[in-house]
Amino acid sequence: MKIIVGQGSCGIAAGANKVYGAIEKELELRGLEVELALTGCIGMCYLEPIIDVVDDQGEKTTYVKVTPEMVEEIIEASMIKGEKIEKYTISDGDQKTLEKQQRIALRNCGMMNPESIDEYIARGGYKAIEKCIKSTTPDEVIEEIKVSGLRGRGGAGFPTWFKWNAARQSPGDTKYIICNADEGDPGAFMDRSILEGDPHSLIEGMLIGGYAMGAKEGIIYVRAEYPLAILRLKRAIEDAKERGYLGKNLFNENRFDFSLRIKAGAGAFVCGEETALIASLEGERGMPRLKPPFPAQKGYWQKPSNINNVETLANIPWIIENGGSAFAAMGTETSKGTKVFALTGKIKNGGLVEVPMGIPLKEVIYDIGGGIKEDKAFKAVQMGGPSGGCIPTSLLDTSVDYDSITKTGAIMGSGGMVVMDETTCMVDMARFFLDFTRKESCGKCIHCRIGTKRMLEILTRICAGEGQDGDIELLEELGVKIKEGSLCGLGQTAPNPVLSTIRYFRDEYEKHIYDKKCPAKQCASLLTYSINIGNCIGCTLCARNCPTNAISGERKEVHSIDQSLCIKCGKCQTVCKFKAVEVE
Amino acid sequence: MNCCGGSKAIEQKQQDVSIDFVKLKEMFKKYDGIDGSLISILQEVQEMYNYLPIEALNYIAEETGIKPTKIHGVATFYTQFRLKPIGKYLIMLCQGTACHVNGSKAIEEAICDELNIKEGETTEDNLFTLNNVACLGCCSLSPVVMINGETYGKLTTDMVRKIIRDIKEAEEKVQKGA
Repeated sequence: MKIIVGQGSCGIAAGANKVYGAIEKELELRGLEVELALTGCIGMCYLEPIIDVVDDQGEKTTYVKVTPEMVEEIIEASMIKGEKIEKYTISDGDQKTLEKQQRIALRNCGMMNPESIDEYIARGGYKAIEKCIKSTTPDEVIEEIKVSGLRGRGGAGFPTWFKWNAARQSPGDTKYIICNADEGDPGAFMDRSILEGDPHSLIEGMLIGGYAMGAKEGIIYVRAEYPLAILRLKRAIEDAKERGYLGKNLFNENRFDFSLRIKAGAGAFVCGEETALIASLEGERGMPRLKPPFPAQKGYWQKPSNINNVETLANIPWIIENGGSAFAAMGTETSKGTKVFALTGKIKNGGLVEVPMGIPLKEVIYDIGGGIKEDKAFKAVQMGGPSGGCIPTSLLDTSVDYDSITKTGAIMGSGGMVVMDETTCMVDMARFFLDFTRKESCGKCIHCRIGTKRMLEILTRICAGEGQDGDIELLEELGVKIKEGSLCGLGQTAPNPVLSTIRYFRDEYEKHIYDKKCPAKQCASLLTYSINIGNCIGCTLCARNCPTNAISGERKEVHSIDQSLCIKCGKCQTVCKFKAVEVE
Repeated sequence: MNCCGGSKAIEQKQQDVSIDFVKLKEMFKKYDGIDGSLISILQEVQEMYNYLPIEALNYIAEETGIKPTKIHGVATFYTQFRLKPIGKYLIMLCQGTACHVNGSKAIEEAICDELNIKEGETTEDNLFTLNNVACLGCCSLSPVVMINGETYGKLTTDMVRKIIRDIKEAEEKVQKGA
């Protein structure tokens, strides 16, 4: 018997540690000798905490939304009586959403103990690097990656083999392979899940990359905000060293030495840009510089360097093991393999999903994501975070691949997929992203530094009901200029959320500016609260809860709101039990 | 903001903190001869004091030979670093996209109202500091706050007010007990 508790960051946030503690206690109390293990995130965040009970025949029962209070009952049933408690187990529907996915980068996440190198090895781990060192030349490795068609999963989608080859061709003995694990897109957590759930895959991917390009040293630049990921990575590196997968003369073939270290980033979105990341690694302010020279020629400490994203690297061992053509068999003509997405926002089944490229967006949102929360109307899905854009209902059939997504004005990005419903205001959404990029602009380029601020000011004004004729055109003009006048990806893409919402939701901007109305009823300044005379029974609840005493009326008589006093906090609507408070 | 206007306040508060220079010097040894370690050093200092005391920054400059302006430049560039002490409870309010869509603004207003502070400020009793942070990565639990490492998800304004009041009450009890 074995009990496995999902302990990724999201599981822990949902209370997995408390559940783990409760199981430990319960087992001790009953004197049961049962193996208690942990695993990473399986991706079904909306069902966390999740535990698996594996019986002696190896049959697995998955319990979801487990609380410490449920533990006694579950252990009693499964350990003593040999039964299942059906009401707590995962539903068939949820099980199916998992089956619709194709897991390559996430192949081990939630399937094994990330803190055990033995489990990784048992699942075929470190076989790929062994194969490379023992029987494959670096050129053959690069060729295999070329066949696979793998493109960078961090955002830009540059062919991985090309970058590796460029670093390989650069003269010099000292080269570096760097992993960008500084996942900064708000609303995306794919990389964290791999770091926490399967750190050895990343290590092996870096080993293979290092071997292919001739880099003897690897650095993982990881967000300091991911303490659990850092902890598990450290452990994994130590274990790999001990087993001889890291260090000198690997596999005793006299062909390859490799060392790996972690550098904790200190929080700057711009460090997702390669040259900014390198500056940060060197202990400087993370500001980008002009390319060329590209990092492949002059990177970290002026040496040839290659930077790949976590998900990209996690795919590598699988490609070497199964062959580039197996990877290329999935996906579309120009986008091969699978992609991991963090499906969040107004979606029923929020979490991580890995799907083959080319799948229609609709299937991801409705078949895997389960559709919109509370069955409200779908409005748009935001892809690519602060660098991306919104895709509206009319384009829901879009195929999920680099080129099709780019055509819509959004980008594939690192994999954030935030679903929005009818209650999301698109102007406010654009303002939210601009606020983010404005804060994260490093300040080097004037267009980015000041342009984003000006755009934010205009958007804030529109949301406050002070929009003017010409604002939309001004936003468009500024947006184009910022794109042209910025050095790095941050500035070049910062206007995207605004431009794409104007493209598809221009009418919503116009309603804000000309009619002074927010159709989604989100922009407080544009709302008017009133009492529905037919529904109000005069219970006085709203009047008692109004923070500014803007509501008056006698008991059992219809109340009214003094608009000059109303601060539009919405408290009256929240407390009213008779749907008598309306908002326009 | 902090570099000129705020420096007076920083110095005043810092009188309460005594810097253990011996310990700092010991820590520097680890990075001796390794170029580009400034960020790691600053992270360790912040780990020790929960913020970057100005004396410690000056001492780093003295010991490492890195110019104070550069140290200050790096310390103010990254969001992780703070130049002011924080309260006993650090409330990190997630401002990721999912939390924003699911109402983090209302949560922020409730916290600010409950504590009578603005984002980035500390309450007068030094009990709470409110910081907005980009994505904590628990999007399916949005809106989310993390208070001293503990995550609270699927929040409503009433829930967050209660969480704060409970902490306050617990603190008061401890105070009285002492």
